[in-house]
Amino acid sequence: MSDLMLVSTRKGLMTYTRNEKGWVHDATHFYGSPVSLALSDKSGQTILAALNLGHFGVKLHRTQDGGKTWTELDPPAYPKADGGESDESAPANKGIWALEWADPQNPNAVWCGTAPGGLFYSDDLGATWTLNRGLWDFEERKKWVGGGTVDPALHSVCVDPRDKNRIAVGVSCGGVNLTEDGGKTWRVASHGMWAAYVPPGAKDDPAVQDVHMIVQSPTNPDIYWCQHHNAMFRSTDASKSWQEIKPVPVSNFGFAVAVHPKDPETAWYVPAHSDQIRAPVDGKVVVNRTRDGGKTFTTLRNGLPQENAFDLIYRHGLAIDRTGERLAMGSTTGGLWATDDQGENWASVSNTLPPVYAVRFA
Amino acid sequence: MVQVHFTAHLQRVAPENPIDGAGSTIREVLASVFAKTPGLKTYILDDQDRLRIHIAVFLDGEHLRGSDILSQPVKPDSELYILQALSGGDN
Repeated sequence: MSDLMLVSTRKGLMTYTRNEKGWVHDATHFYGSPVSLALSDKSGQTILAALNLGHFGVKLHRTQDGGKTWTELDPPAYPKADGGESDESAPANKGIWALEWADPQNPNAVWCGTAPGGLFYSDDLGATWTLNRGLWDFEERKKWVGGGTVDPALHSVCVDPRDKNRIAVGVSCGGVNLTEDGGKTWRVASHGMWAAYVPPGAKDDPAVQDVHMIVQSPTNPDIYWCQHHNAMFRSTDASKSWQEIKPVPVSNFGFAVAVHPKDPETAWYVPAHSDQIRAPVDGKVVVNRTRDGGKTFTTLRNGLPQENAFDLIYRHGLAIDRTGERLAMGSTTGGLWATDDQGENWASVSNTLPPVYAVRFA
Repeated sequence: MVQVHFTAHLQRVAPENPIDGAGSTIREVLASVFAKTPGLKTYILDDQDRLRIHIAVFLDGEHLRGSDILSQPVKPDSELYILQALSGGDN
């Protein structure tokens, strides 16, 4: 199991290591600065950290010695538009919402998703970035709108383990978009999803779906799991079609979803009370786990707050390690929990953190 | 030369003491400063070289407002303050 956990929070990037007593705080990097997301290699030595400073914009830092030293890199930037200096509508990076390794054979290749919807690629470990023009110029992108933020956010990047050129990205709100040629051409791939927040005539348009998060099974990459704004969906045919998962206990609203790394039928969701409320249902923090492809769920709560809780788990706030036994999740009110038995029992790691944006294992 | 002061919050990437800049507009003055301080530009300007919305600019004691601050003319002996606006403090 992975013994290094990276927790991106509103006041820094915290690392935790696991010893015989449990998880121990190891270091706080970028103390006081909002860290939206981090990406680590398996050793925990190479880490990319995305910051979003309130005054000074999106920043990107890299360490290659486990956090002893950091180098600031130029963050992904949108190409300059003609007259962009005086054009308020010209795009600029508003936030890094996805960081994923792009190629199992190339440890320097990284995908980065941003708001307002641009996907960037780096083949030098984040030193330089190129906007993926295929997706940026994709006609269907004109339908994208913001969800939670003013601008659309590209938050999920699923690189098919069989073929690095087959990539599915999730956009809030722009559905699932798929390329099979490494990003040259794209097509919308969220057919079967439906939207409750548009007029009835538009609800089935795959390009307007508010996909909160998608994950792909590593062992059966034809299977994707999705937490959507108003439902949960699954695809078993490589995202050609999506089927709604129902019924679901507690709530089908939420942000995070994780899939077991070896069992494509096992996944975890963290339900919350409706888009109007965005808090745990009845004040109880729970996790829904299915072992049968979404037919049935077990609601897990041992060790989690069960009264008066307001913890919301953001889309990157739930992590699973490579064994599929260990998970962790961090909340908007600074809770952090971990489990070594697939969620049967959770242990509190901290309840005094800043708001947690993302949790990841090395 | 225009004397340019940066907020202490930018100490890690900006000159600690006031720095001389050259040019006839704020944009030109800042460009001359950025040429001497690698890494500072993206903290002040966004991808399109627009002034970030939570940066406050004071020119010769006046807090500049509006959408075209960078084009404002400066005098050879102007004093320019680049500060963080209180409006960006919600983090």
